[in-house]
Amino acid sequence: MAMLEVRNINVYYGSIHAIKGISFDVDEGEIISLIGANGAGKTTILNTVSGLLPSKSGEINFMGQNLLKIPAHKMVTLGLAHVPEGRHVFTRMSVRENLEMGGFSVPREELNGLMEEVFRHFPRLKERENQIAGTLSGGEQQMLAMGRALMSKPRLLMLDEPSMGLSPILVDEIFSIIRQLHQQGTTILLVEQNARMALSIADRGYVLETGKIVLSAAADELLHNDMVRKAYLGG
Amino acid sequence: MTFLQFLITGLSLGSVYAIIALGYTMVYGIAKMLNFAHGDIIMVGAYLAYFAMGKYNLPALVAVMISVLVCTLLGVVVERLAYKPLRKVSSLSVLITAIGVSYLLQNGAQLLWSSAPKMFTSIIPPNTIRLFDGQLTITHLSIFTIVVTLAIMIALTLFVNNSKMGKAMRACSEDKDTARLMGINVDTTISVTFAIGSGLAAIAAVLYASAYQSISPTLGSMPGIKAFTAAVFGGIGSMPGAFLGGLLLGVIETLVKGYLTTQLSDAFVFGILIIILLVKPNGLLGHKYSEKV
Ligand SMILES: Nc1ncnc2c1ncn2[C@@H]1O[C@H](COP(=O)(O)OP(=O)(O)OP(=O)(O)O)[C@@H](O)[C@H]1O
Ligand SMILES: [Mg+2]
Repeated sequence: MAMLEVRNINVYYGSIHAIKGISFDVDEGEIISLIGANGAGKTTILNTVSGLLPSKSGEINFMGQNLLKIPAHKMVTLGLAHVPEGRHVFTRMSVRENLEMGGFSVPREELNGLMEEVFRHFPRLKERENQIAGTLSGGEQQMLAMGRALMSKPRLLMLDEPSMGLSPILVDEIFSIIRQLHQQGTTILLVEQNARMALSIADRGYVLETGKIVLSAAADELLHNDMVRKAYLGG
Repeated sequence: MTFLQFLITGLSLGSVYAIIALGYTMVYGIAKMLNFAHGDIIMVGAYLAYFAMGKYNLPALVAVMISVLVCTLLGVVVERLAYKPLRKVSSLSVLITAIGVSYLLQNGAQLLWSSAPKMFTSIIPPNTIRLFDGQLTITHLSIFTIVVTLAIMIALTLFVNNSKMGKAMRACSEDKDTARLMGINVDTTISVTFAIGSGLAAIAAVLYASAYQSISPTLGSMPGIKAFTAAVFGGIGSMPGAFLGGLLLGVIETLVKGYLTTQLSDAFVFGILIIILLVKPNGLLGHKYSEKV
């Protein structure tokens, strides 16, 4: 049984049918990449897995539990963390407070240890511990959003476009951290516009087009697939 | 000397507005709704204290505690029954519902307790302090009111800045979905906010009724609207703003009444509000920038 099994979900925004019967798996220890053009439905899928959006049908099983029946705020205690698209740090709270929010469900005495762990991955956050998050640069906010998600000790980390708007150097930095997290045993579901980067670290990938999965294969297979090369890798 | 007299009277009146405004602003900040029934919770609080003290002869402190407890519950119940089901619909519907709840409470009070005003005995004996050969008189109630308000403001600030629930409230006020992703139960957080706001309303009720010594089912409307004004004035959603706005409103109102006109004092107060909002649309201490996306 896969760690995350998504089976035939259908998601609507009012009358817009955004996700049309999608199924996919994430196995423990994998990096899975979801790629697709703007508006394909990548964010919608992650939000549905997290319980922020309802699915009209199907099932989402995470380590044996049907997530569709569980409210969003219980997901972190199951070991599922989600770094939303656009970072969504709490702009009026300090870096430290943002991290505390990430650790909202862990016992107080574990907070400091977890925070040190986050600071090991992101030393820049340590320097800015008491800075208000709204004044961080975009790259720093992305690090904070990731660090915040790590505070809940996730088994599965879902990342929605972590490279968005970052300079190439920062993108490399973020991806090398994703790789480190993976090596330490975190399973990763990665949504990216930057398909080349995403597929280069992924085990497998799914290609999404207007709410449907049109292709799924091993990542290096997708990297060499003609259709993928034309549509997502610039020829 | 009269100026100082007006100032202290104004600060005391403004303190009551500030307590009510804190409730308004916290609920707005977290639930993003204007709870127009907030003023009527004050009315209920005043009646509860009245009956506890007048009918059952309970000590003032116990009466206040009962009033706070029942109002807290009432606030939470109103939120659960009337507002929570509307969380996903337009804010206009919620506003209309709040006005409906307001009338429900007022009419309920008329039905239960009749619309005739009742005498309310101040919880603080009517003693005064005289200074400067009696040129300046300060009632014990004024001092008590100001001290209580300061204590509330300090306690609330500490709570919101440092406690886990306080931080959850700030997170929810910024971004509810992301707060959920953190593991914060947004519904619980909203309930706690309503509980605190309504409990504060009960304290304001007792102080207000003690000052005017008369209560009626419409008692909450005017302080409710003034406190709402104070909250907007200070920057809706901002706690220091509500505090400052409440105090300023009380002082301005008292000064206008003292020096200019009693009949038109409210017109002046709201006129000043309009001017301030023209100059500073977000209020005195409102958030300057919206979230960076
Ligand atoms: N709140 C919303 N209301 C209505 N439609 C929405 C909403 N959010 C998304 N959609 C629509 O659902 C579809 C999928 O959107 P989604 O945000 O999931 O795409 P995406 O693959 O994440 O795109 P991007 O790469 O631009 O982030 C789009 O057609 C979008 O217009
Ligand atoms: Mg997206």
